[in-house]
Amino acid sequence: MDDEPRWACALLSAEVPVPAGLKTWNNSDPASRFAVYRNNVLVSLVNALEDSFPVTRQLVGEAFFRTMAIEFVRGNPPRAAVLTDYGDALPEFVEAYPHARALPYLADMTRLEMAYLQAYHAADAQPISAEEITALLTSPQTTTRTRFQLHPSLRTLVSRHPVISLWAAHQDKDAIQGALQTALTEIDMQTAESCWLLRRELQVVVIRMTPGDCLFAEKLRQGSSLEISANCALDADPDFDLAACLAVMLREGAIVSVA
Amino acid sequence: MCCDLSRSAPTPRDIGQGIDPPRESGTLPARPGLGLKPQHFDEILQRKPDIGFFEIHAENYFVAGGPFHRFLSQIRELYALSIHGVGLSIGGAAPPDQAHLRALRTLLRRYEPESFSEHLAWSSHGGVFLNDLLPLPYTNDTLTRICAHIDQVQTYLGRQMLLENPATYVEFQQSSYCEAEFITEVVARSGCGLLLDVNNAYISCTNHGRCAEQYIAALPLHAVAEMHLAGFSRDSDSAGAPLLIDSHGSRVDPAVWELYGNTIERIGPSATLIEWDNHLPPLSTLLAEAELVQNCLTEARGTNDG
Repeated sequence: MDDEPRWACALLSAEVPVPAGLKTWNNSDPASRFAVYRNNVLVSLVNALEDSFPVTRQLVGEAFFRTMAIEFVRGNPPRAAVLTDYGDALPEFVEAYPHARALPYLADMTRLEMAYLQAYHAADAQPISAEEITALLTSPQTTTRTRFQLHPSLRTLVSRHPVISLWAAHQDKDAIQGALQTALTEIDMQTAESCWLLRRELQVVVIRMTPGDCLFAEKLRQGSSLEISANCALDADPDFDLAACLAVMLREGAIVSVA
Repeated sequence: MCCDLSRSAPTPRDIGQGIDPPRESGTLPARPGLGLKPQHFDEILQRKPDIGFFEIHAENYFVAGGPFHRFLSQIRELYALSIHGVGLSIGGAAPPDQAHLRALRTLLRRYEPESFSEHLAWSSHGGVFLNDLLPLPYTNDTLTRICAHIDQVQTYLGRQMLLENPATYVEFQQSSYCEAEFITEVVARSGCGLLLDVNNAYISCTNHGRCAEQYIAALPLHAVAEMHLAGFSRDSDSAGAPLLIDSHGSRVDPAVWELYGNTIERIGPSATLIEWDNHLPPLSTLLAEAELVQNCLTEARGTNDG
């Protein structure tokens, strides 16, 4: 349509006048009808964000969330017709959102929820078995230059805030592992928390890990060797325990292949 | 009028062995279908309801893996499938996005659906996706462009697509065709089929002061390969005239059932989807609506045979 640019502007901003050239059969004001499109665009995108960030929404309440989401949508409309990825820019937006300043953990909560969605929809892959990995790790061909291919769903989150406890406190108790269960009232808001997210079969699991474990996994994900990844993790986190970290990787099926 | 509109006690059929015998490849069965929703994945696989097909929104399955594909693969083994695009922006000024087309082709190859459809609308501009089906002026320019886009899509996907008539709230001064004429031209020139959304027809005709029966009669009905039914919500314009909103969040309105009944009495039974995307009810409510569709189709079959 020739008038697409003006339509696109007017749909995303209530201040932009309604495009010219519209008509109605009964000479009613086209603006009130155009408002239906404006509303469809805004509400459908805000609803999509509400679906993707349910805990964020619960933490701030529906009115706050929708006001924030409307502002986000107007400044950051989707760049693709696949709404499962929509909202990946929300964490940065929340960090800069003046009304959320009193909630320093909110941006990391949006990061956690986005990582959860990405893990949920990530590619399928068969984890390597414990026998295979034991054989590989004891084989003379395996060296410090060995590279792990991790499960495509693996995501990491390092936060200065207790976002994992906060997230877990908003989940259905039956749906999460005992290790994650915390009552809201028991959460120490000064605690820093980190985790891995990983899909096993049809469920995303959230596993408490250290910042060193997270850096190690991210390095492996980027294709760094076992040695380089472990050294990076140790540099950043002197308490990093490679053996313990690998044991969790194996137990949770995070490794797909070794080369 | 041919439909039994009584809603008092619809009893959805609910039997495991009621699924169609091997279907003709390439066409949806002339039976009721439902939109496939993740909330119902488990229940569908357990109950295996006796309906003709499921429909998915293509873009929801543009994801790499995980539960969506796992469940769809299982459900697809049991049912005919319609893949319905909602984001190709086929009426847009720009040609269809290549990455979007590639993702569509991958999805269609994976599931080999009986039907693929899109909308007479635009939804993207300058790389921004507006997530709504926006209206088009019906001019020669638009006609040339949309036929070129449909041609591109059909060639790239290697199959015919169906085009759905829109629900609209405004019209354009520059339009030189009425909507039914425009759709007739698109179908004739591009060779696409028609997805006749009876609810959209009723909404648009109400919103623009027209007779829906006449509108449908003027469409290229020989090209109808699927029909849609849905619920609308009511608003009013600045002059106080009814303005119906295509909200997909409630039961099909009696007026739309009547229009549907009259249409299939005329053209014969066709695959018919109950679209319910917002305020999603339990599966049993959707199956009750599907049962009403089946009643209409059975009656139309009788009328057409006789």
